[in-house]
Amino acid sequence: MTAVAQHKTILDVEKVRKDFPILSRKVNGKPLVYFDNAASSQKPQSVIDATNKYYSFENANIHRGVHTLSQEATSAYEVVREKVRAFINADKSHEIIFTKGTTDSINLVASSFGKNNIGESDEVLISAMEHHSNIVPWQMICEEKKAKLKVIPINDDGELLMDEFHKLLSKKTKIVAVTHISNSLGTINPVNEIIAAAHEKGIPVLIDGAQAIHHTTVDVKELDCDFYVFSAHKMYGPTGVGVLYGKEELLNAIPPYQGGGDMIKTVTFEKTTYNELPHKFEAGTPNIAGGIAFGVAIDYINLLGIENIAAYENELTNYALTQLNTVPGIQFIGKAKERASVISFLLDNIHPYDAGVILDKMGIAVRTGHHCTQPLMDRFRIPGTVRASFSFYNTKEEVDLLVNGLHKVIEMFK
Amino acid sequence: MAASIKELEETIVEEFSYYDDWMGKYEFIIELGKSLPLINEKYKTDKNLIRGCQSRVWLYAQIEGGKIIFTADSDAIITKGIIGLLIRVLSHQTPDDIINTDLSFIDQIGLKEHLSPTRSNGLVSMVKQMKLYALALKTKML
Repeated sequence: MTAVAQHKTILDVEKVRKDFPILSRKVNGKPLVYFDNAASSQKPQSVIDATNKYYSFENANIHRGVHTLSQEATSAYEVVREKVRAFINADKSHEIIFTKGTTDSINLVASSFGKNNIGESDEVLISAMEHHSNIVPWQMICEEKKAKLKVIPINDDGELLMDEFHKLLSKKTKIVAVTHISNSLGTINPVNEIIAAAHEKGIPVLIDGAQAIHHTTVDVKELDCDFYVFSAHKMYGPTGVGVLYGKEELLNAIPPYQGGGDMIKTVTFEKTTYNELPHKFEAGTPNIAGGIAFGVAIDYINLLGIENIAAYENELTNYALTQLNTVPGIQFIGKAKERASVISFLLDNIHPYDAGVILDKMGIAVRTGHHCTQPLMDRFRIPGTVRASFSFYNTKEEVDLLVNGLHKVIEMFK
Repeated sequence: MAASIKELEETIVEEFSYYDDWMGKYEFIIELGKSLPLINEKYKTDKNLIRGCQSRVWLYAQIEGGKIIFTADSDAIITKGIIGLLIRVLSHQTPDDIINTDLSFIDQIGLKEHLSPTRSNGLVSMVKQMKLYALALKTKML
């Protein structure tokens, strides 16, 4: 724990890398170069230890028992809610709902908000660069309610056409759901402007923060968004844990999502009354170990400092863009002026799958394919891309290895 | 008498034994993928499309004298190269032989990972579809 405290002001990448045991492994006989951080980030030892410690010494169900273990587990779990609240600067800790992940959070909002607020010929407004998980839940509720899904178009650089967005906002729009940072293009969207414009017309806004929460300071009060959703596993925490932040008033106004234990106040066969926030939305035993380890991941980010992380990742991204630009035939997909540490590209006519297979043989993990954004790939008329996404534990030397690897790929397929 | 599935598998395993590193092996597959004309363009329709998450595969089957002739294609070269191997082994064979083969040669030449369901390159679905065609034909012949 104290080992990371020294990283506080300037990020020492060699020191940081030692916190992540997986980074010292080999893949196909080569040192692992992990550039698939946008899909899931690696875990520091402290997070791994927290999971282990919980099951070894603290395991009990929460919110139920009077016995010591249950009390301790409940406290440890609830402390994390407060950590999340502070991390995103929410007003109240009961505005933090624990879920299984970003997808689960969006499904919760689409289903519960949609139940009473979306009706026939109403509209839900999303963007052309959304992940399937911020498309399909809305499509499902729209289908059920005979409502329409409207899409904010983008330009060839992968930026939202804001004029079109303003035109699409109408009396029929019941909610706007857009991503903060695109997982395929790296584009940072002008969420402040989107939220302000929607609010002017009294329309609530959900922001998909899965790619933003670990890369930039997120202040939900400053953003004034109505819902903000993200996953622990992209912020160096465990899988199966996510967050739905919602404004208290909205969370109180919408019905529960799933029924079961923990979300009730009283149950009779005639009538059940529901528990208060946040428990109203947390039916069943949650991922307690994951939640507690998530708290440790937040501690880790706080020790490094999100500003230091952002500064380092931006520098590395700029270096990568410059170096990748020297690769013959490279075509970047997504050239937004405001961008995060996600770079999508194609190499001439080489299929992304082919490039990915050869890079993997060299120990380099990139993502290939449509990145769960098929409509976006259709927009660019491409089958997919090769995507390299960086984290604070990646190095310039690793970027050089990727560039060399791409030269090799070109040689093999020419 | 055409070669049996087993004989064809053995030939391929022998061909691959000349390459002792991954790069040589993949260069060979890439060559296969580039050189083989695999399917008549008119059969590259949505009906014959197997949509993998990573690459797309088109598969077409026709029957000649109780044997199945497969033609296929992919938009990814490595996938196409492996399709070339699968077609070489499974095309012009009887339904029974196709149904009963386990394609263990793919494992022997060290390309098992490409037939893993997690790859989502369309190959697993393609092999499944080939066997389904064989099963359908067999039922028809009974």
